[in-house]
Amino acid sequence: MKDISLSIASPAAASPLQKAGAALTACAILSSIIAAFGAGTSNPLLFFFLITGLFISGGIFYSIPYFKAQAGIKNDGIMQNSLSSRGAIAWGIAILMTGFYIILYWFPYYLEGLIRTMDPLSMMLRNKASDQWFLYGAFYTLAVLIMGMRFIAKYKFSRYHIIRTISVMFFQLGFAFLLPAFLLKLNQPEFYFSYFWPLKYSYLFPNDIDYLIQSGNLGVFMVFWGLVMTFIATPVLTYNFGKRWYCSWVCGCGALAETLGDPYRQNSDKSLKAWKIERWMVHSVLVFITLTTALLWLNSWKSGTILGDASGLFSQWYGFLIGSVFSGVIGTGFYPIMGSRVWCRFGCPMAAILGLFQRFKSKFRITTNGGQCISCGNCSTYCEMGIDVRAYAQKGENIIRASCVGCGVCSSVCPRGVLKLENLEEEGRFIPYIRHEDKK
Amino acid sequence: MNIVIIGNGITGITCARNVRKLDSNASITVISGETEHFFSRTALMYIYMGHMKFEHTKPYEDWFWKKNRINLIKAYVKSLNSKDKTLHFDNGESIAYDKLIIACGSVPNKFGWPGENLHGVQGLYSIQDLEQMERNTKNISSAVIIGGGLIGIEMAEMLHSRKIEVKMLVRENFYWGNILPREEAQLIGKHISAHGIDLQLNTELKEIISDDQNRVKGVLTNKGEQFECQFVGLTAGVKPNIGFLEKHELETERGILINEYFETSIPHIYAAGDCAQFRNPKPGEPAIEQLWYTGKMQAETLARTICGDKSAYNRGIWFNSAKFFDLEYQTYGQILPEINDQQKSFYWEHPNGKHAFRANYSSKDESISGFNFIGIRFRQIIAEEWIREHKTIGFVIQNLKKGWFDPEFSKAFYNDISHSYLQSLKSGNEE
Repeated sequence: MKDISLSIASPAAASPLQKAGAALTACAILSSIIAAFGAGTSNPLLFFFLITGLFISGGIFYSIPYFKAQAGIKNDGIMQNSLSSRGAIAWGIAILMTGFYIILYWFPYYLEGLIRTMDPLSMMLRNKASDQWFLYGAFYTLAVLIMGMRFIAKYKFSRYHIIRTISVMFFQLGFAFLLPAFLLKLNQPEFYFSYFWPLKYSYLFPNDIDYLIQSGNLGVFMVFWGLVMTFIATPVLTYNFGKRWYCSWVCGCGALAETLGDPYRQNSDKSLKAWKIERWMVHSVLVFITLTTALLWLNSWKSGTILGDASGLFSQWYGFLIGSVFSGVIGTGFYPIMGSRVWCRFGCPMAAILGLFQRFKSKFRITTNGGQCISCGNCSTYCEMGIDVRAYAQKGENIIRASCVGCGVCSSVCPRGVLKLENLEEEGRFIPYIRHEDKK
Repeated sequence: MNIVIIGNGITGITCARNVRKLDSNASITVISGETEHFFSRTALMYIYMGHMKFEHTKPYEDWFWKKNRINLIKAYVKSLNSKDKTLHFDNGESIAYDKLIIACGSVPNKFGWPGENLHGVQGLYSIQDLEQMERNTKNISSAVIIGGGLIGIEMAEMLHSRKIEVKMLVRENFYWGNILPREEAQLIGKHISAHGIDLQLNTELKEIISDDQNRVKGVLTNKGEQFECQFVGLTAGVKPNIGFLEKHELETERGILINEYFETSIPHIYAAGDCAQFRNPKPGEPAIEQLWYTGKMQAETLARTICGDKSAYNRGIWFNSAKFFDLEYQTYGQILPEINDQQKSFYWEHPNGKHAFRANYSSKDESISGFNFIGIRFRQIIAEEWIREHKTIGFVIQNLKKGWFDPEFSKAFYNDISHSYLQSLKSGNEE
């Protein structure tokens, strides 16, 4: 079936406020480019306020129509909009974001002027000059806060979404941006309390642990915190709430996906083939990082006599391929083309572990309400993890999938109220609905 | 066994899938002129509104059919020869069957209104209707919808998403007043109006007015009012799509006549879903069931009969659901617009007009007979269990929390409802 006339429809045009929002955001990007070319070095404070001010006001303008509209699903025109349906604008943004990551990781000197605009903030928070990573952190946090506000406006009818979004905004701003900076100011190790092994893989590497322990009492606590979160809190919380407690409530990668990535969530691939690739990839990454960690410990225990530099090389390559290329360049740069959770779905080892718990030992499920599914496909379409939610719902089965991050959007877009995220008794969660008349 | 199914909607496809599950050797062929692959008809509106593309509305990937050895033929059936057990298509080809299942769905009702065949006047049922609507509504500014039912409100929402002004002509006093009790109908009517839809109640279509190019330019109502518009949506229900059987001996009335085993008047021919009409419907049940849910349940039962386990249709406790713009609606059991003299009704409505609850129960033993939920999601198994087991209204009100299905952290209203019920008891006793 061709989409014939259906794809050339004229969607409702953007409102003047949204046009203004887009214009301000474009100005913010222009200011950033001008700053990067050197203007930021001579006038850091001016450009700092210009860039952040324009980004924030752009976001506010863009969100106002959502705040003003009647509460409800706001997906009109998504499939006809070039931005959200892999049109020319989407490709443009994908190239822009991917390019930014490449420059940031491997050619940061091109960003020198832009990095300098963050000096005043960096001095205030960390007592040291800005670098490319501080710039990245500031932009990242700004994106989560601004687009988080837009998300809250768009989904204002749902307290689940509001609370969850405030949570990711809080953890990004507090735990992933301010607290690490503050630790530096106090001459303590820069530590991210909201990231754990294996996502923050180096936190269980021998070198990092040695360094933390030697840095004092707080460092010892950090090691303790990392161990507790990885080996105790993760299984316990995932058993009780599913992996969502982390992936769509705490994690910074999840925070960006849920906020900046929300306009692209429908672009994830729902095919069975994609699911197969996902399982191979994400679990391979998990095996890879577990082996790397084990090798590093073995090597350190034997004082480097077994492997010499080999294990170090292993971890360097992991850092390059997975840590940089996958999670950054592809994971975020490709939002507009492959959906907002490419990294979380295909590459994140933390998601892999949490997923295994969720699938095999957890109280979490998305309950399907009896035989009420009308197979419309909204749930599958808007699943950012590419789960074919409908395939379960239309059979009266609960949705229990390793990859589900519990964002709750399937439940929101369902026009018949068929889906509910909940934590109930573990027993019986796989039993499908059978009509009373059909029971034998 | 060679099974041929006419229609690839929910009924035809559910039947094909279930036959395949029960019998791995049967030859199964599904014929449709509408689309090559099964899609969800209920999602048509979302394609127009840009929430989904056509491909998203297909519940199974395209490889599914070959893998499950379900042959698909894209053609319209022109005639049926039940002596040779052969179907003839519009493209000149034909196919033989051992067992034939007719599940060819509906077409929009037309009642002989003057001007009903003008350009810009149409119903909405098939993908072709949707494509036509896309063409008909391009660059227009106002539309009139005839009929205040579920397709009517969907069409209103669709047009509204394109910033087209919409008037709805509704015959009854209230929106969907032939199905909903007054309070619910009023609540939904208000919600529809809040979205900018102009509800014209107690109003019927008299004539559709044409311009000099045979295109609609307005409508005339029975009140003598004239509304300008460039599009008219006819949504006064649907009827069985049985035109191709007109000259055939197969017994039909409004639909193809069947018994509770879906057997028609001719052996080896079955009919189910929208196009079928029960000869002897059970008391209180309609002869023609035109719902997604009933199509699915009918097909599941029919598949068993086809595969040798002869089963009578039992649709169980009634349920249905809908969405009116942002208001979700679920109903369980039987709620008619008016209660009878052996019934009582308890109704609760939130002051914000976005949530409502109704329970009807027997005035003799207080056993529950039906629920309406608006802006509240409720568990089907719980609602059905309570109705089946004749739970009392008192029990139901006390245990509402058990069936509450709203998302986590939502404001729950079961305490408000129970409080309101106790109040109504008190004031009832005082009277």
